Amino acid sequence: MNTVALGPLALALAAAPLLPGLINRVKAFFAGRRGPPLFQLYYDLAKLLRKGAVYSRTTTWVFRASPAVGVAAGALALALLPSGGTPALLAFPGDFVLLVYLLGLARFFLVLAALDTGSSFEGLGASREVAFSALAEPAFLIALAALARASGSLSLSGLLGAGGGELPVRLPLLLLAAAALMLVLLTENARVPVDDPNTHLELTMLHEVLVLDYSGPDLAFALYAAALKLWLFGAVLVRTLTGWLPGSPALQTAIFLAGLVTVALAVGVIESCMARLRLTRVPHLLIAANAFALLAVLLGMRQG
Amino acid sequence: MNGLPLLVAVPALAGLATLALRTPRLRRGLLLGAAVTHAVLTLGGWRYRPAPAWHGWLAMDALSLLFLSLTSLLFLAAAFYAVGYLRSPQARVAETDEDENFLFNPVPEAVFCSCLLFFLGAMTLVILSRHFGLFWVAMEATTLASAPLIFFHRTPRSLEATWKYLLICSVGIALALLGTFFLAAAAGAGADLKLDALLRGAAQLDPRWLKAAALLLFVGYGTKMGLAPLHAWLPDAHSEAPSVVSALLSGALLNTAWLGILRIHQICCAAGLEAFSRDLLVLFGLLSLGVAAVFIIGQADYKRLLAYSSVEHMGILALGLGLGGAAVYGSLLHAAGHSLVKATLFMTAGNLLAAYRTKAVADVRGALTLVPVSGALWLAGLFAITGAPPFVTFLSEFIILQAAVQSSRWGVVVVILLLLAVIFVSMAAIFLRMTLGHAPKQPASATAPGESRWVVLPPLALAALALVLGVWLPAPLTAVLREAAALLGGG
Amino acid sequence: MMLHSLTSLLLVFLVLANLRLLGASRLNVCIRTVAAQGVALSLLPLLNASGLSLTSFHALALPTATALVKGALFPWLLFRALREAHVQREVEPYVGFTPSLLFGVGSLAVGGHLAARLPLPGGSPLLVPVALATMLTGLFLIIARRQALMQVVGYLALENGIFAFGASVMKEAPLLVEMGILLDVFVAVFIMGITVFHISREFEHTDTERLSALKDWSP
Repeated sequence: MNTVALGPLALALAAAPLLPGLINRVKAFFAGRRGPPLFQLYYDLAKLLRKGAVYSRTTTWVFRASPAVGVAAGALALALLPSGGTPALLAFPGDFVLLVYLLGLARFFLVLAALDTGSSFEGLGASREVAFSALAEPAFLIALAALARASGSLSLSGLLGAGGGELPVRLPLLLLAAAALMLVLLTENARVPVDDPNTHLELTMLHEVLVLDYSGPDLAFALYAAALKLWLFGAVLVRTLTGWLPGSPALQTAIFLAGLVTVALAVGVIESCMARLRLTRVPHLLIAANAFALLAVLLGMRQG
Repeated sequence: MNGLPLLVAVPALAGLATLALRTPRLRRGLLLGAAVTHAVLTLGGWRYRPAPAWHGWLAMDALSLLFLSLTSLLFLAAAFYAVGYLRSPQARVAETDEDENFLFNPVPEAVFCSCLLFFLGAMTLVILSRHFGLFWVAMEATTLASAPLIFFHRTPRSLEATWKYLLICSVGIALALLGTFFLAAAAGAGADLKLDALLRGAAQLDPRWLKAAALLLFVGYGTKMGLAPLHAWLPDAHSEAPSVVSALLSGALLNTAWLGILRIHQICCAAGLEAFSRDLLVLFGLLSLGVAAVFIIGQADYKRLLAYSSVEHMGILALGLGLGGAAVYGSLLHAAGHSLVKATLFMTAGNLLAAYRTKAVADVRGALTLVPVSGALWLAGLFAITGAPPFVTFLSEFIILQAAVQSSRWGVVVVILLLLAVIFVSMAAIFLRMTLGHAPKQPASATAPGESRWVVLPPLALAALALVLGVWLPAPLTAVLREAAALLGGG
Repeated sequence: MMLHSLTSLLLVFLVLANLRLLGASRLNVCIRTVAAQGVALSLLPLLNASGLSLTSFHALALPTATALVKGALFPWLLFRALREAHVQREVEPYVGFTPSLLFGVGSLAVGGHLAARLPLPGGSPLLVPVALATMLTGLFLIIARRQALMQVVGYLALENGIFAFGASVMKEAPLLVEMGILLDVFVAVFIMGITVFHISREFEHTDTERLSALKDWSP
């Protein structure tokens, strides 16, 4: 265990709710509004934690456990990620598979809880979530495998860090993997063009509909888990692109945070400029993500 | 002046000239003239083998001489037949089918004549080319030159056949292009795709790439040649094209595609992959025989019947080469025999079609009484195509079987004999029903043009040649056949 | 090294074009995409030459001719056929778009698998997989789309894949052969265009499924 990494982990857990706020500010800027404050999600979380929870009579313990599992899985997954300069808190060969499965576990509970409510809308959302993730998960895994192959390391700390080979050779590979990861990020976090977080039409929603029945602290947990997930995918994306940069830990941390802000800005810009895709078109996007990831693998097959 | 470029240039230039000519008489004269010139030039090759031309891009070895002579001879016959065909009202009033009872204006005759000539030029280029790239270019050109020929009648059915022919052959040939590139990959950097260079450096070829290349070239040129299961276009194109075009497709074009397979086989032998290539050929051969037998049984359309018979004979050619040894000689002789006989049959089928106005077997009766010469030719063709003595096809099939027996491949022998027997019985049943009996008393016979000399003499001459070769093989021909067989690693 | 990355970029573009071909529902989109793919291809020989040598006639003639034929002539021919044949603008798939796209990704995997068995010294490691995937995409389009014109597009994609492979293997290919190949493909598309026109006139559609008068099995 690498205790130096406790600092970045604490930072991630604390700063994660900032990213949605940042995205919202960007969107507001593009729309010519002032928009909600940067810390809006913190206010929301604080307010929700003070409230009591309401449960439907049809729900069981699965429904109550799901938000906690989400937060726990997210936090554990973050512990596997290297942030700027320092290796991850937990690092062992093959930990990227654990990362994918932790996310899968969180999703499993989220979907189960949605089904637990017995609402048809939530069932609809659950089915969509599963359908899309069936394509997004392979893309994520293949992209990570490509990075592992190129860097020769099976641990996230290695494969998201400085891999082997000179940069010009690896650049196409990194860009391809990053393109795949960006598309996965948009899908997994239910952003435009996959899902529009602003709408509250049950028929079109993905993430929003899954947490529709939560209230009070449970909703706070669910929202916080979502923020952690966004931070997580952003971190993977940023480390993929900047992992090779040299520099002191402090400089690397700065670069890392700057990268995350850039990702949030990019998501905001995409969300402001694009419309949501038709639902049947979303798989096409994810298939393209798979193609990118696969190309990255092929490119890494015979380096040099 | 070297004769080789001339062989390609004469038909190509004549084809261009035909497009410009206005009078039918001149056009037909030019067609005949070009065919005769081509034949004379080819005949010259038997006396003095011309030296390679164009820095070794074109050359004539025993194999090319053999196939060029066949092509040239068949084209000569076809040119005469085509003139007779174009003079007949059949060419102007397209054949009518019972189910599609409307008439179409055929493509202007000029396009037909010039496409025929371009077709000859492209086939000559294929046969003479020593470079795999040029070979491919010429092979695709044969497809493109012959597509308008198949479309000559402009009926919906011929349109469908043309579309299938174009698409299937283009895709197949595209695979052959990939195979050609694979061959370049096998040869490594700075590859020279000339046949002679590849044969010289065969030992250095990467066997993995070469195997993949051979497979792709077999599939690609095999599509063009009509080996099962790649034969899908063949029955459609052969049945819907004018009969003279069918004769050329079956007798000459399939042979040129076969030459592509022979060339890659040559390289495989030189590179020590002979067993691989021969196994593939035997497999394709048996499959073709089997598929042909299944579709010949009870075939309702006699031109399709002939087309499937072509699939069968292409299978026999592949088998002969695959068996190796003396069978290679047999296979080459069979290629010659099949060309002569199949061209005879297709031309005769054209005469029957003109007389009966139908391609349905069920509606043709008593051909011997209605069109005596064609009926007799049809009957003779039956025996020739099924390999009955004394035709040359009997001789060649016998040599192939003998070689199979000598190498004790009993399984192959039994399968061949069985399939040949099935084909013989089913073809005989159909052919006999068509020739014997009473001719139907329908008005079609009244309007039938009778048998003009133009359309009877060419098939008659070809059939006679097939008969003569069956009893007497001239020494120069045997020598060339032996030389060609030696190139392919056979005795 | 810079060239290497550029080649990879071009190859990625080819794959994206494949996916667009597989996922597009409009004929004109497909025609434009396959043309763009052809133009991208024409740059490959330039990048593959050792260093960017734009001096020799040979090095320039082929890319220029390819770009002209694939980028300008083919779309012109196909759009003319599309206009004059009054065909439906939908591609009318037998296989839906999502399975088609999955096939596209699968073809890439197959290409990678085959490329691992057939090593090609030098060049981008993406080349063989992408070329094979493009060929498979072309073949798939020929099989899985009903529109006659779409089959021509598939043929062109197949040709593009073969060309991509050839451009990297045949580094010193004789100009004669390359031009001959280009001419053949051009004439093929020309004749196919004419045939499509005739098909639409005779049958008042270009649905190849209904071209089924000639067969031996009648169900």
